[in-house]
Amino acid sequence: MSLAIKVTQLNAWFGRTQALYDINMQIAASQVTAIIGPSGCGKSTFVRCLNRMHETIPEARVEGSVKIGNLDVLAKGTSPVEVRRRVGMVFQKPNPFPAMSIYDNVAAGLKLNGFHKRQELDEIVEHALRMAALWDEVKDSLRKKSGASLSGGQQQRLCIARALAVQPEVLLMDEPASALDPISTAKIEELLFQLKAQYTIVIVTHNMQQAARVADSTGFFLLGRLIEFDKTQKMFTAPGDKRTEDYITGRFG
Amino acid sequence: MTTRSRFHQGLDELKSKLLAMGGQAEQAVETAVRAYNERVPELCQRVFTNEAKINMAEREIDELALDLLAMQQPMAVDLRFILAIIKSNADLERVGDQAVNIAQRVMDLIALPQVDLPADIPQMAAIAAQMVRQALEAFVSGDAEAAQRILEMDDITDRMNQEIFLAMDKAMNDSPDVIRQALDTIIIARNLERIADHATNIAEDVIFWIRGADVRHGFSTTTAK
Repeated sequence: MSLAIKVTQLNAWFGRTQALYDINMQIAASQVTAIIGPSGCGKSTFVRCLNRMHETIPEARVEGSVKIGNLDVLAKGTSPVEVRRRVGMVFQKPNPFPAMSIYDNVAAGLKLNGFHKRQELDEIVEHALRMAALWDEVKDSLRKKSGASLSGGQQQRLCIARALAVQPEVLLMDEPASALDPISTAKIEELLFQLKAQYTIVIVTHNMQQAARVADSTGFFLLGRLIEFDKTQKMFTAPGDKRTEDYITGRFG
Repeated sequence: MTTRSRFHQGLDELKSKLLAMGGQAEQAVETAVRAYNERVPELCQRVFTNEAKINMAEREIDELALDLLAMQQPMAVDLRFILAIIKSNADLERVGDQAVNIAQRVMDLIALPQVDLPADIPQMAAIAAQMVRQALEAFVSGDAEAAQRILEMDDITDRMNQEIFLAMDKAMNDSPDVIRQALDTIIIARNLERIADHATNIAEDVIFWIRGADVRHGFSTTTAK
């Protein structure tokens, strides 16, 4: 197993409220890692610390270390823009830029980074849409249709394509399928299998069956602490901690 | 009532159904052995009649277990519990079958002249029945240590089966007119040994349910790789 993300003694606050306590976690490269736990357990805060989204909230604060390869994510000298280029994110609710065409949605990140070569842009957009398993559905209306005109499931795959276009190393997904129907959900899950060969994926999910289906490793958070982190197969058949077992068998939360 | 508490109620129901069925299987063994000891055909008949109830119970348990798997997607300890139930269910049904096999041999023995053979069937039957009862008790209390002790008892019935086989072999050589009775006795001992095996399987399922460890065939690894 090669290591993609090394989290050491991560603590996070919203104002005076502490949201994460002493998180230590080593996330493997080219794997899907699921983060589960009841609402308010800190799982979204955790992934938002991995690409410095946490600090965009007023009065939010973070301490500790997150390393992605040689990138010291939380260091003072590190540019958040650089971090977010290397660590892409997909949110619960699909959020394409509504006024932009499908093409421009995918190209937006590259253009923002000053990339304007038309032919290469075309290639990257096609590649990203193919990776997101959306190409065949939209190739004839790339510039004609807006991102908002797509179905919910297509919009979410568009957002994945947009995240992939800037060629990140890590893809963070916060409940990416919770607003989608079962067919779109299945497409996203299938996509994760394809993508994990090239990307390290961290997915937050409330759906335990989804974590069991897609993740190689699963971490269970409770009240801001990482309670247990192990292979998914072990977590869902014979977890080591009573609190994990109680949560995944629905005895609380 | 929340969905989950309905689910846990379903698990409790599954357990009580399995225990009720276990009680019937255990009783079938005891009745068959009493028929052997006392040479009473009516007791054999009772075993034959009761088998249908055990078979029916097996179907009901599988059906409920399948429903819970499909509707509730159980995880971790609950998943292991349902697997243990499904497997123990099949073992208990087989215990019932073995009781029927014994009763059939007893019917045959009753029709033959009574002979005194050096086989302690009552003692072996007592151990096998005790193993079934203790396996069920371990299931009731979720007691992996009690289940562990049953595994050790299995060697006793294996040895007794072997001893009875050798003794009957000798008896048949010594006196050809007891061949049929001796063969019936060998088959009964073999059935009792199988009953003890099923009790052992159930004990292993209890250990799997409680500890998440697969201890079958002498392994002591957990399910997680």
